[in-house]
Amino acid sequence: MYDETIAAISTAPGEAGIGIVRISGPQAIDILDAIFEPKRRESIKEFGQRKMVYGFVLDGKERIDEVLAVYMKGPGTYTAEDVAEIDCHGGIVPSRKILEMALKNGARLAERGEFTKRAFLNGRLDLTQAEAVMDLIGAKTDKSYEIALDQLEGGLSKKVRSIRNKLLTMLAKIEVGIDYPEEDIEDITFDEILKLELSVESDVRELLKTADTGKIMREGLQTVIIGKPNVGKSSLLNALLQEARAIVTNIPGTTRDVIEEHLNIRGIPVKIVDTAGIRETEDMIEKMGVERSKAFFNKADLIILVLDAGEAIRKEDREIIEYVKDRKAIVLVNKTDLKVKISDEEIKTLLGDKAIIKTSLLNGSGLKELEDKIVEMVYSGEIFQRGDALVTSVRQKRALEMALKSIADAIKITHEKLPYDFIEIDIKNAYAYLGEIIGETVGDDIIDKVFSEFCLGK
Amino acid sequence: MKAFIAEQYDVIVVGAGHAGCEAALASARLGMKTLVVSITLDAVAMMPCNPSVGGTGKGHLVREIDALGGEMGINADKSFIQSKMLNTAKGPAVHSLRVQSDKQKYHTEMKKVMERTENLSLKQAEATEIIVEEGKIKGIKTRTGAIYHAKAVILVTGTFLAGKIFIGDASYESGPNDLRAATELSKSMRKCGISLRRFKTGTPARVNRSSIDYSKMIIQEGDEETIPFSFMNDHLESPDVPCYLSYTNLDTHEIILSNINRSAMYGGEIEGPGPRYCPSIETKLVKFADKDRHQLFVEPEGTYTDEMYIQGMSTSLPEDVQVEFYRTIKGLERAELMRPAYAIEYDCIDSTELKPTLEYKKIDGLYFAGQINGSSGYEEAAAQGLMSGINAALKIKKEKPFILDRSEAYIGVLIDDLVTKGTNEPYRIMTSRAEYRLVLRQDNADLRLTEKGWKLGLATQERYNRFLVKKEQIEKEMERLKSVKKKPKELELFLEKNGSSKVNNSVSLYDLLKRPELNYKKLGEIDIDRPELLSQAVAQVEVEVKYEGYILKQRQQIERFKKLEKKKLDSEMDYSKISGIRLEAKQKLNSIKPISIGQASRISGVSPADISVLMIYLEQERRKAKQNG
Repeated sequence: MYDETIAAISTAPGEAGIGIVRISGPQAIDILDAIFEPKRRESIKEFGQRKMVYGFVLDGKERIDEVLAVYMKGPGTYTAEDVAEIDCHGGIVPSRKILEMALKNGARLAERGEFTKRAFLNGRLDLTQAEAVMDLIGAKTDKSYEIALDQLEGGLSKKVRSIRNKLLTMLAKIEVGIDYPEEDIEDITFDEILKLELSVESDVRELLKTADTGKIMREGLQTVIIGKPNVGKSSLLNALLQEARAIVTNIPGTTRDVIEEHLNIRGIPVKIVDTAGIRETEDMIEKMGVERSKAFFNKADLIILVLDAGEAIRKEDREIIEYVKDRKAIVLVNKTDLKVKISDEEIKTLLGDKAIIKTSLLNGSGLKELEDKIVEMVYSGEIFQRGDALVTSVRQKRALEMALKSIADAIKITHEKLPYDFIEIDIKNAYAYLGEIIGETVGDDIIDKVFSEFCLGK
Repeated sequence: MKAFIAEQYDVIVVGAGHAGCEAALASARLGMKTLVVSITLDAVAMMPCNPSVGGTGKGHLVREIDALGGEMGINADKSFIQSKMLNTAKGPAVHSLRVQSDKQKYHTEMKKVMERTENLSLKQAEATEIIVEEGKIKGIKTRTGAIYHAKAVILVTGTFLAGKIFIGDASYESGPNDLRAATELSKSMRKCGISLRRFKTGTPARVNRSSIDYSKMIIQEGDEETIPFSFMNDHLESPDVPCYLSYTNLDTHEIILSNINRSAMYGGEIEGPGPRYCPSIETKLVKFADKDRHQLFVEPEGTYTDEMYIQGMSTSLPEDVQVEFYRTIKGLERAELMRPAYAIEYDCIDSTELKPTLEYKKIDGLYFAGQINGSSGYEEAAAQGLMSGINAALKIKKEKPFILDRSEAYIGVLIDDLVTKGTNEPYRIMTSRAEYRLVLRQDNADLRLTEKGWKLGLATQERYNRFLVKKEQIEKEMERLKSVKKKPKELELFLEKNGSSKVNNSVSLYDLLKRPELNYKKLGEIDIDRPELLSQAVAQVEVEVKYEGYILKQRQQIERFKKLEKKKLDSEMDYSKISGIRLEAKQKLNSIKPISIGQASRISGVSPADISVLMIYLEQERRKAKQNG
């Protein structure tokens, strides 16, 4: 029923013991075969279907991860299509890399709910289950999706737009020559086309480079919790960890004075540095002045300042506030179960316009608001404004790679001096792929450009 | 005035322009008793604007009309005075045929064909009312009180419908060329619930040939070897009457700009939007202020007249300003204007209210084609006319509708754009509107469409036989080229002579033909026993072999496209009850009522997620239906 093969990471995002990459569709088995090298034989096909096989996923000759892989022929599978699954090491990196390899070898990234959708359309699910799938897919266009697009406005999409503009200009010049051959407009030359193509090619390459180092995915949102002793820092961390249910590992800092915790807040990887790991002394700031904690504090993307609602703001709070006031921070007023002695106005006077959230970690209130705020700050671009490649989803990377390939094809045939209308096909493809990144399709924009830039007509 | 029942027809066509002629001929040729009414029979197939047929994209349409058994290509071949294949320096997909036509001859030849076609009646009459009962068309009433009943009516009113001409501050009710406007019909249409809007177009002045100094202009001749529009013609002698090129200059611009407030367009007299690709000279100057000259072509209106058409210089400036600025142009210093340039505004419908058959969604049996649908151009009109005539006839015969999709023809692209996306300005076809233009070439229109036309009963047996011969020649020759292999030794000299790299193993003629520096003609030198083939067949072989990779890629894209086109949607479906589709998409789907998932996906405001939900809903419904028995 479908000719495209889809792939996705099927395990929840975040760190876990294992990750599963699933591939479904007519090419599933071939794709697995292309990226998987069994330990003992040449090809997984020699083992037959439904056999778990030990081996490695390769990127060229390089081994990406040590995995278990299996393939199953349709229709006796979840989607009723040919399915391949790879169990890899947990964590974001290995499963992402493997997914990328599957995409490079011909799979397309699955839409949200697409495995289930296929299962349904291929007759595997009943009607009630289908309702749920419809809601799931429908939800894709809801607020969070739009926010995710908005968030791109900051860096990536600006760049993508500027590259697309170059392509659009080139397309308009080619099209005007084709559709208006007798107008008083000089045809674009092969050299001009080539120059533009090469410049676009290098732009896309640059962008791909930054996508590769995609900071947020690899390192997570660097967050520091700070506050005077006994204000509830440890409780906050524990509560967040519990809520996120994605504790990975406790990686003790090398000097054992700082503890990093990796967690996942609604899909956003977050690395929290717990200054509670520092033995609390009278002079908290002085302590921070030393050692790694200071380094962490300085490079943190987000600071969560915890205040005690039950006490008036004291000297030690003020000292911390001095450090925090010029940074991206959320002020957490904890212990609101007690009699509140700090007013919002007071905080605003001291800290300026910062988000203030009331919590009582004792009874768990306010935690959701904190998470909402963190998510909002990331999606709105308030945090991470500096990056070009804020979010480096596999989908975007794949689109960039396809755009690069199309441009390379265009360059090749430009060298061969094939007619413009052939070159235009590849350039249009590149334009469309880049459009996927920012959610724009090819519409009448080329024709609009032609009419806005050239004087035409009888 | 007393009304009287005049006569009963199967199909009535209101209007006899390019859409009307094709609609009526198609309907009559498919056996329908057909009536054409026109305000004046002197305007049958009239060319009120440029004296030419074809051009980029448009030439493709003419070829397709011809391949299906329409008349425009044959008539253009009878009446052309110069022919040119445009874009020959570019790829085969964008080669476009364009001829200069003798307007008078185009009109008389077409009228003659209409008059002599069985089942077809021409009447001079102005339709003032459409008769609609219970959502069904019943017929029309004319200004003289005649009531004609019919099973289907096709409205092809062009710029006659509530037409209004503007020349500077002068304006008056009029159809094209100062012919009488249709002033009553709009009212009746509104009464039937059809909403109307205003579009605008324009035409330049006509100048007497003897008042032009051609020595100051650049002569523009046609091709020596003429390729006919019609697949029924093999070879045509071209009269090759020349056109001339000249340019505006700063004097021209000064006169226009200093009088711009007297232009009807800038004076705010005109309500409707005009086409961007056909701007008036004042619009060009305002929009592209940095250009110090604009080109214009002087084109003969025919061989029976000395009127010359000044292409590129349409305007709504007053007549005195026109005379003044035309005379600043090199060669036009003593120009005698025989007809002034004018802008014309007219009523048209919102084309998204049509089905892909061009039938009005809310009135059974009522069809629309041409400018009334918001398109522009003779060829665009003719293409729609043909399709509306075919579909009106099929509906009466209770047969399946005939719809071409975007991968089959430019006609499909044109109609799909109109009924799915609609248009906010007069719509012109362009090759860049076609996603699959490598496959939709003007040279293979017959291979794409003639069989369909023949099955409909529109393309004649003779046409079909010609198609079969060509098709067979192509297939056989492709096979032969693959099977004839040449040894490296046999090729050495030939390849060297043509600057082509050497081969080490035997190679087929097929593979040699793929080389950019070689072509079919050159290969004749080493391919002595080749069969005698039609030049049309050779051209096909050459293109298909040379660009095989690209064409294949496009055919694969088409296959994917077709899958969604084949998933049909019920026109009665109520999208508002499908949960999971966003509100905007529900509204759009309910108003367009797409015939397939493919069409649904092209509606602006319908997202891929909406389409996914829709597909699941359909599957759900299918299973429910199955469960219930």
